[in-house]
Amino acid sequence: MRSSVFLLCVMGISLTQIEFPTSDLVKQTCKRTPNYDLCVKTLLSDPRSSHADVAGLAMVMVDTIKAKTIATLHRISELLGTTRDPKTKAALRGCVELYDNAVLKADLPSAMEALKTGVPKFAEQGTNDAANEADSCERAFSGVSPITSFNRNVSDLCRVASAIIRLLL
Amino acid sequence: MADPNPARTFNDPEDPIIAATVPDHYSPLLDVDPPAGENSRRPLKGFLVILSGLLLVGLLMALIGKSGPSVSQKTDLTLNAPAESTNISAQFLEPVSRGPSAGVSEKSFRLHSGVRAPFPWSNTMLSWQRTGYHFQPEKNWMNDPNGPMFYGGWYHFFYQYNPDAAVWGNIVWGHAVSKDLIEWLHLPLAMVADHWYDTNGVWTGSATLLSDGQVIMLYTGATNESVQVQNLAYPADLSDPLLVDWVKYPGNPVLVPPPGIDDRDFRDPTTAWYGPDGKWRIAIGSKVNKTGISLVYDTEDFKKYELIEGVLHAVPGTGMWECVDLFPVSLKEDNGLDTSFNGPGVKHVLKASLDDDKNDYYAIGTYSLESGNWTPDNPNLDVGIGLRYDYGKFYASKTFYDQNKQRRILWGWIGETDGESADIKKGWASVQSIPRTVVFDKKTGTNILQWPVEEIKSLRKSCKKFDKLEVGPGSVVTLELEKATQMDITAEFEIDKEALKRIGESDMEYSCSTSGGSAQRGELGPFGLLLLADEGRCEQTPVYFYVAKGTDGQLKTFFCTDESRSSLANDVDKRIFGSTVPVIKGEKLSMRILVN
Repeated sequence: MRSSVFLLCVMGISLTQIEFPTSDLVKQTCKRTPNYDLCVKTLLSDPRSSHADVAGLAMVMVDTIKAKTIATLHRISELLGTTRDPKTKAALRGCVELYDNAVLKADLPSAMEALKTGVPKFAEQGTNDAANEADSCERAFSGVSPITSFNRNVSDLCRVASAIIRLLL
Repeated sequence: MADPNPARTFNDPEDPIIAATVPDHYSPLLDVDPPAGENSRRPLKGFLVILSGLLLVGLLMALIGKSGPSVSQKTDLTLNAPAESTNISAQFLEPVSRGPSAGVSEKSFRLHSGVRAPFPWSNTMLSWQRTGYHFQPEKNWMNDPNGPMFYGGWYHFFYQYNPDAAVWGNIVWGHAVSKDLIEWLHLPLAMVADHWYDTNGVWTGSATLLSDGQVIMLYTGATNESVQVQNLAYPADLSDPLLVDWVKYPGNPVLVPPPGIDDRDFRDPTTAWYGPDGKWRIAIGSKVNKTGISLVYDTEDFKKYELIEGVLHAVPGTGMWECVDLFPVSLKEDNGLDTSFNGPGVKHVLKASLDDDKNDYYAIGTYSLESGNWTPDNPNLDVGIGLRYDYGKFYASKTFYDQNKQRRILWGWIGETDGESADIKKGWASVQSIPRTVVFDKKTGTNILQWPVEEIKSLRKSCKKFDKLEVGPGSVVTLELEKATQMDITAEFEIDKEALKRIGESDMEYSCSTSGGSAQRGELGPFGLLLLADEGRCEQTPVYFYVAKGTDGQLKTFFCTDESRSSLANDVDKRIFGSTVPVIKGEKLSMRILVN
């Protein structure tokens, strides 16, 4: 009886030890990005992060940016239906171009392919540019931007992604 | 730089091109200190030429012509001449309030600090950027040069290409041919990603021409699992001089990463050279931890390979070696050498593109077929820690032996400095450098010399000479030209001999990239040309010399390009770059600039 209890305890301890290194990598990686909290929160909410290497974490980030980009485009589309102000409408349309043509169709696929095939320098260009596009969109509104939180979110995520990719270089 | 008909396949610049007398000596862009005592200087008189180009309006600047008498005598001057404290007469440029360009990371575009308004690029502005005579496909993204060679009476050029977008991705092999390395005929894609072993990318490779007429193309494929492997391809029809169609060897891949090498650190096979025992050898770059290395393989048929023990060479701390290149140069002759050439009177250049800093480095040394090693002449100037081919944007370069004219020719990828968003709007990204001849520099013994191929002279249409222009300190001399956006410029400078005598020592070590660029005035510099300057000089690109005397009493000459004010756009990478250049006794300070 005694020996089997002992065995159980040992196994229990070993299992928890297996999990430590993985979230350690997330923490270590995120420490080297400009937004630790956002980084950790984003990565830990994706199951792939628990067994990913740094390149894998970067890919999780890029996928998150893609999702946020699509969400932003949906929001813009909603606003285009309801907004009356012509200046705001023009800025929104400009943002569609930035997010759709540049970020979604060019920057993110390029970054993802580069990460998958092991040439991270091309990935960094993609996420850097996506951040710039999000910032450009925000600036396009002369008054108050109706999508500030979306733009900021994408921009912040891109900067985190770029920092993670930098670790691969 | 506007190309009125981007669909044309033959470049035909309409703008007049200026050509002055071409000096018969080089001003190489090198970073080597001139050996003490060997570097005498003639007294020099300064003159300055400005060439301006406006975005949309034609150029019109009054010529400030001055046919003054020749100011200085040409007498030899040693480095130990004492400095005196009178006026310097070779300065240049009004002081400008712009600070020095921040040290931009060489690795990629910075994120813009702070949020700013997007630059309003118009189609007109963007179309102006299209070059008139640099190699570029009609649209989309290009990177590394691949498999350059001369075959069937044509120069062949292949390149990394994205057929779908103006950013990197979906890489396949573009193809073009030329009779003169300047005017190109675009052909269909040579190879696409149609097999499991290259489905994630048909990446960089090199050509080997066999004496029996066969053409061997080795290239890196990124497999369906993103493993980097080497594949063999050859022309479908050797009697087609244009080599339009290519066949992949059914037994591909011919090489996979060996034990100890990561799946993602194994790429860019070189042209083969003839080894001992009748076998061919190729090199492939890689790394072990942070040490950049080059592996060597033996092969008889290019299908089966044997890894040679050890490495061709390794340099700690340099990281991944991409696009490795090994080639012989003659110590005595001016012609290039076939890649297999070896023997006395020959040295070998080993070159690597460093993934970590996106620059191309080379070193001169000795290659032994017996030992299979290459050793640098100077370990302090080893690959990756010494000289670069080019101190501007120039990467993934590759040479080939041009048996047509017995030259060693160098191609290099120029990734441009505008941002990806502009690339997407433009619909294209990247150009190739004008091909350059490469020879050993017999005068310094420590450098190679590069020069644009002579065929570029065929583009010259008209010539304008400006002679004996004198430029005083802090001044700018303008020149009248018809158009100034496509030019071939040669300029020679002489510094006033008195000024040279009087230059004082500086305890500050000058460097192009950390300096204030053309706005930082010293005793003997900057002086040079202001290119692509608009009317109010809000935009200008100075290319200049800067002469300084170090604490050791030695004169050092720097050759820099200052892009800090090259554009009003805020999404352009604007660096100041350059290096020291050795100045040999009896030679003048001259520069050659191709504006496009």
